[in-house]
Amino acid sequence: MTLVKLMRWESMLGLVLVAEVVLFSSLSPYFLNVDTLSDASFNFTERALIALPLALLIIAGEIDISVAAIIALASVTMGLGAAHGVGTPGLLGLGLATGLLAGCVNGALVTVGRVPSIVATIGTMTLFRGAAYAILGNRVLKEYPGSFAVFGQGYLAGPVSIELALFAVFALAFGLFLHRTRWGRAIYAIGANPVASRFAGLDVNRYKFALFALTGLFAGLAAVLLTSRLGSTRPSIAQGWELEVIGIVILGGVSVWGGKGTIMGVVLAALVFGLVTFGLGLMNIPGIVMSIFTGALLILVVAVPAWLQRR
Amino acid sequence: MKGLRDLSDAARRDLVLGGLTLAVFLAVTVAFPGFAAPRSLAGLLDDTAILILLALGQMLVILARGIDLSVAANLALCGMLAALVDRAFPGLGVAVAIGIASVAGAVLGAINGLLVWKLRLPPIVVTLGTLSIYGGVIYPLSGGAWVNENEMSPAFVAFTRAGFLGLSTLSWFAIVAAIAFVLGLRYLRVARALYAAGGNPEAAACSGIDPGRMQFLAYLACGAIAGLCGYLWVAKFAVAYTDIALGFELQVIAACLIGGVAIAGGSGTALGVVIGCLFIGIIRNSLPLVGISAFWQMFINGVVIIAAVLLSARNRAHVRTILESRAA
Repeated sequence: MTLVKLMRWESMLGLVLVAEVVLFSSLSPYFLNVDTLSDASFNFTERALIALPLALLIIAGEIDISVAAIIALASVTMGLGAAHGVGTPGLLGLGLATGLLAGCVNGALVTVGRVPSIVATIGTMTLFRGAAYAILGNRVLKEYPGSFAVFGQGYLAGPVSIELALFAVFALAFGLFLHRTRWGRAIYAIGANPVASRFAGLDVNRYKFALFALTGLFAGLAAVLLTSRLGSTRPSIAQGWELEVIGIVILGGVSVWGGKGTIMGVVLAALVFGLVTFGLGLMNIPGIVMSIFTGALLILVVAVPAWLQRR
Repeated sequence: MKGLRDLSDAARRDLVLGGLTLAVFLAVTVAFPGFAAPRSLAGLLDDTAILILLALGQMLVILARGIDLSVAANLALCGMLAALVDRAFPGLGVAVAIGIASVAGAVLGAINGLLVWKLRLPPIVVTLGTLSIYGGVIYPLSGGAWVNENEMSPAFVAFTRAGFLGLSTLSWFAIVAAIAFVLGLRYLRVARALYAAGGNPEAAACSGIDPGRMQFLAYLACGAIAGLCGYLWVAKFAVAYTDIALGFELQVIAACLIGGVAIAGGSGTALGVVIGCLFIGIIRNSLPLVGISAFWQMFINGVVIIAAVLLSARNRAHVRTILESRAA
């Protein structure tokens, strides 16, 4: 059992991260360079921002498959707003509000409608993405005001992009919230045993609703950053991201059975994911080949402890 | 005469969905009589056939309390494999292509099944991982290149399009599979064991059924079907490349949900799944007639899925535990 403790997720992920840095910097002279690494951060910050609230949601025993579709819907709302002359602050508000509203729909379906979350969010994923396609068809929206580009392309100080700074701040905030407050403890309790949590006086449904709303809000934030970075909106924006974001959370050691996981693990997993993507790109290995590694990593990360425990 | 109330929940659900599908079909036909023309119906079935096959396979996995996110990647990999083999050895014939694709698909499905059965890993994590791996393997396999129609042997492409009694071979695959599933799930001992294992694994284990083994068999069958569909897809569209069927897994699962398969396992009928797929097909084929942009298809699917799952959640309420139903 000590072996299991030694092989905690976070230390394993840390080792993988170090190995990646060593490997890539020995393979490419351009890797260990502040500007390069700063560029690399754009590969994962948007996805990682959604992974934070999604980790809480999965720890609480629920899941949200609709996050990428929420990005599409929020991006379309912003694009339409921009086409009607809404300014940059208004667009930010539109994106966040759309995300929050979409998250509330998910939360209501699960808590009031009592639909299993995986089913509910596959439904809303189809609905939100479908709405984006229905509104936009094969059009592209790109009449964004110049100042809107700041969110996804701006830098806070030196090589630290606004996206990266946002991720750092929110990672810290989520870490403190989950591991240092009684609400964080309650989320673990709800994931480990919802019935016992209810007996202990926790309003389980209220927590779950809030977490769905929060996940939606962050999908909205990711939509603002991504749209601002790309400068355009198509209905296919962020296609397939839902599985990548869930992959980051699970890679981070969060149990899909609920009740287990840390923010540290999720942050490390996001870095591992971002560096693999970027490093292999630097070596001209196509992204699709990289998915073999991330897929294998994902299974190994859950298979190794399961195998150890059976012995 | 039996009233609606005497029917089982599943039969009632199938009846409602069937009625709704029929109503949509009739409404479109009244407005556009051409919609019910034999050729139009044959086209509809041809369009929906692969969805029906994949959804039937997926249903087995969901019945056993699993989920298979890797079906589309499995399909793409096996389709590419069949196309590459056909390009290298054009004389082998269609039976060999079908055999290769199905066996390769079964192997990929067995990998999912073994990980879920022997290591007891969460199905969603396993198949999310294999989704990435299977999809990724296509690239080194094909060198990132496309296999186009002119590189495929004529028989390879012609097979799915060949007609019999006015329907394409592809449609016949779906029809035969649908009948086999409806009868098989009702009368085969292993199928009843599958329902038992998904409905109540503990009770199933007490009566001598290994729920893990049932999950394995479900993944195996689902994988074999996905592999077969790989050949069918590549032959139907006469092209194989890395991204075919990208994201189709969620459409397949959506079709199962519309068809009334409960994600909690142990509940769902083959008839319901087939009707669910036909419903999607009818909507898809009638949108252009009605003058609604095809881009509305997905949105309508979303509305239908949510309506379906909300209704089935309401119907389930009376079998919930005292604690849960009181909290509502």
